[in-house]
Amino acid sequence: MSTPYGELLIALRPEICLVGGALAVLAVDLPKNSRSAQTRLHLSVALGLLALAAAYAWGLNAGVPGPLFGGVLSLDMLGQATRAGVLGLAVLTLGITAGTSRLRHPAELVAMILLATAGFTLMAVAQQLLLAFLALESASLSLYVLAGFDKTRPESAEAGLKYFLFGGVSAAFLLFGFSLIYGLTGSIELPVISTQLALTGPSPLLVVALVMILVGFGYKAAAAPFHLWAPDVYEGAPASSAALIASASKLAGLALFVRLLWPGFGAASGSLAGAAGWLPVVVMISAASILLGNFAALAQRNVRRLLAYSAIAHAGALLIGVIAAGLIGPGALYYYALTYGLATVGAFGVIAVVERSGRCQDITDLAGLRARSPLLAGCLFVFVLSLAGIPPLAGFVGKFVVFTGALQMDGISSSAGWLAVLAIAMSAVALYYYLIILKQALVVPAKDTTPIKVPAPAALALLSAAALIVLFGLWPSLLLGLFQ
Amino acid sequence: MNLLPWTIYVSFAGSFLALVAGARSAAAARWTALATAVAATTLTFLAARDFVPGSSLQTLVNVPWIAGLGVNYHLAVDGISLTLLVLTGLAATAGILFSWNIEERPGEFFALFLALIGGVYGVFLSADVFVLFVFYEIAIVPKYFLIAIWGSTNREYGAMKLVLYSFAGSSLVLAGMIWAYAAGGATGFGLAQLAEAAVHLPFPEQVAVFALLFTGFATLAGMFPLHTWAPTGHVAAPTAASMLLAGVVMKLGAYGCLRVAMPLFPDAFLYCQPVIAWLAVVGIVYAGCIALVQEDFKFVIGYSSVSHMGFVLLGLAAATPLALAGAVLQMFSHGVIAGLLFAVVGRMVYERTHTRRLADLKAMPLHRLLPFAAVIFVVAGLASLGLPGFSGFPAELSILIGTWQENPLWAVVAALGIIVAGAFTLRVIQVSFFGTTNLAAIAAAGNHPLPPITRAEKAGALLLIAATLYVGLKPDVLLDWIVPALQSPVFQAVMKGGNP
Repeated sequence: MSTPYGELLIALRPEICLVGGALAVLAVDLPKNSRSAQTRLHLSVALGLLALAAAYAWGLNAGVPGPLFGGVLSLDMLGQATRAGVLGLAVLTLGITAGTSRLRHPAELVAMILLATAGFTLMAVAQQLLLAFLALESASLSLYVLAGFDKTRPESAEAGLKYFLFGGVSAAFLLFGFSLIYGLTGSIELPVISTQLALTGPSPLLVVALVMILVGFGYKAAAAPFHLWAPDVYEGAPASSAALIASASKLAGLALFVRLLWPGFGAASGSLAGAAGWLPVVVMISAASILLGNFAALAQRNVRRLLAYSAIAHAGALLIGVIAAGLIGPGALYYYALTYGLATVGAFGVIAVVERSGRCQDITDLAGLRARSPLLAGCLFVFVLSLAGIPPLAGFVGKFVVFTGALQMDGISSSAGWLAVLAIAMSAVALYYYLIILKQALVVPAKDTTPIKVPAPAALALLSAAALIVLFGLWPSLLLGLFQ
Repeated sequence: MNLLPWTIYVSFAGSFLALVAGARSAAAARWTALATAVAATTLTFLAARDFVPGSSLQTLVNVPWIAGLGVNYHLAVDGISLTLLVLTGLAATAGILFSWNIEERPGEFFALFLALIGGVYGVFLSADVFVLFVFYEIAIVPKYFLIAIWGSTNREYGAMKLVLYSFAGSSLVLAGMIWAYAAGGATGFGLAQLAEAAVHLPFPEQVAVFALLFTGFATLAGMFPLHTWAPTGHVAAPTAASMLLAGVVMKLGAYGCLRVAMPLFPDAFLYCQPVIAWLAVVGIVYAGCIALVQEDFKFVIGYSSVSHMGFVLLGLAAATPLALAGAVLQMFSHGVIAGLLFAVVGRMVYERTHTRRLADLKAMPLHRLLPFAAVIFVVAGLASLGLPGFSGFPAELSILIGTWQENPLWAVVAALGIIVAGAFTLRVIQVSFFGTTNLAAIAAAGNHPLPPITRAEKAGALLLIAATLYVGLKPDVLLDWIVPALQSPVFQAVMKGGNP
């Protein structure tokens, strides 16, 4: 078999652009001259945006859709849309970084963001266990560095270390699960695995392998009970890193795992009624995340930890999307994950800008935001209400399509149906803590009334995120239509 | 007829404009808001002039929205929705007139107020349940900020309680509608499409989904025992918001029951009928008795709202033609009268005396200090207890007669509620305005005058009085719209248990 390297080069053009961009950006910090950190930051962000734009421009027509390079990659709609979404979220993250970063080595930060993004885009299209693992790891390693990037704050180092330890252990689980799958089926290619699993049927070893893989997945999605890293990382990491971890990383991870679980291990899914397979396990993880995330969020005083627990609750809802993808395809899940990412990037962006002129850890640090910066308060209003799932914002439609899909699977009698009802009921609990954030920002008078200046790149990023949330909320078919 | 969708767009556009205008001056925001509300009301009246009453929903707009789910942006109108659109316009206009003195963050106040109004118009015009739900939720969120920022007594608690109850109710609705759609294999969220799918559900599931939908909507209508948000929320809210909450937003819930829950599941409704009717009857009497012993002027009105909304729910539950027509008429009537009562209590009295304790008010010769307010309150109070000549009379009478046809016992117990309503209304009129018999205090009233009633307040009060009187004297203006609408097959299915 002749190996079509030319095809591969074309298919991987986005990753090539990103890695090339990252290397170029690194050079910005190299010369020992007198350029200020601010100049270097702007230069490196400009280069980074250029690389992302190039990746986007080439990524969308990167060869024929469908399996490629002997089935290692799959440039289907899910893959390409996820690539585009991840690139967009990275652009927003860079915009926030440009406006807010005060670090001494800004170019390294931008380079790490680009490298992580390259990992994400590769995760989006990987269709082979080895490549999937490598993509996941290259993304994760960059994220560990990003979480611990702020050397001036011990919390950041703590976040980096916690994230790394949890990530390392879960990667080990995942790899072990992959190796068991290889042992069972003799292949690392998803299509072959799929046919093999359908032939051999369930076995105890397969269950072990699936559970191992789900541990890795649960970690990536910050689903309970693998969520413990999330609050600490969200609290300690620099805001722009936290934004990337909470948004693009999640979107790419979900795309990867939904591809792994349904087309790959679909035969071993078990059933919603409880037959052994990964489906009942995902149902349990999802229910645990929804309950734990929402109830734990109620008790939070730190806004970043609150966002972390809200992320855990959303992970539960996203897992419902993974379950429903078996019936309605990945469109609903993609829509939910992308619009959730937009809202989270935005929320962290607001926090990042507020942090420029003081602390922003406790919810009360947001007090009087509307008087200090109407722009930030307005954007935060959109992001938080979208997270709460209030129409006509995108967060509502995301929940709606996911829950509808889950209820369509087997009606109310199945566990997916109950899960959807549980998630809907919990959304009323969630509204409480989201309103607590908005109460500080919009109702309570400011403790410190100095106006906050919003740097132009950050303002642009926040406004675009808010505009996209409204746009996708009003015209959901823009995204959902891609998958029909 | 195609003017009606513009009520929604005009309100949302006005909301945005008021926010911009508010950054310049409070007056600009006020006038923008008033112009918006008047424009939307005028549109409604213009459309009403050409309205041909009929037994079906007349489509105004119908375009695909979310193809994958079969959601259409479908707006339609019939006599029932038109009645409530008129009410919304009147309540919104009066509400803005009664918020003329808002000086704190006026742009945001009127922006939220108009956003709420836009959502309400949208709900009344929706013929697609998804669209209805979207507008319904748009109407919920502004309430929190209106109360928490501009409210009074215990406002943050009241705001949160009210919004969480509303949102919990709407979650039930959401679960119900998705369930009906998914389990019934519907092709879309249109009322007709969902009704078709609902038939395919097994009966126990029909009852369950109906219970979700009805309970969800009825929470917002203040159905006993889920009414507790209403008094606290209404008391905490600023005047205009109380007027709108009691006057219009509670009607969203009742409207949802009538438009969505009952026609989709007529059999399940008939199965649950006695439970709903008894809850409504208990609500009428119970809330009335609580209103009787309140020490806070505004709480009396808050509980009286729950009691009067009980009549709406009783009318829906009885489901005879007369009772249903009465229920819709009562929605209109209570919307206008509750608005008036809240305006007198919250704006005319409280913002001048800075107390709502009846014991304090009793010591003041308010009828001398605020004669206009006294007259308006007496008129509104009489209208509220169902005096002939005001809109409450034909409405409650139709409901009681209609209910008698279905089950005399319900009507008898509910009629006790009317006596209680008479008692608490007369008590509060007497204590608040005519409490003091101290002639010296009355004579001294001129020495410490309160700020006079403004022109905006007078205009708002007269507008609402005119509406309740006009409909009271000539209920046919509305019944000519409502009764044909109830002839439609979907409502006939609901009524088939009742006597003709």
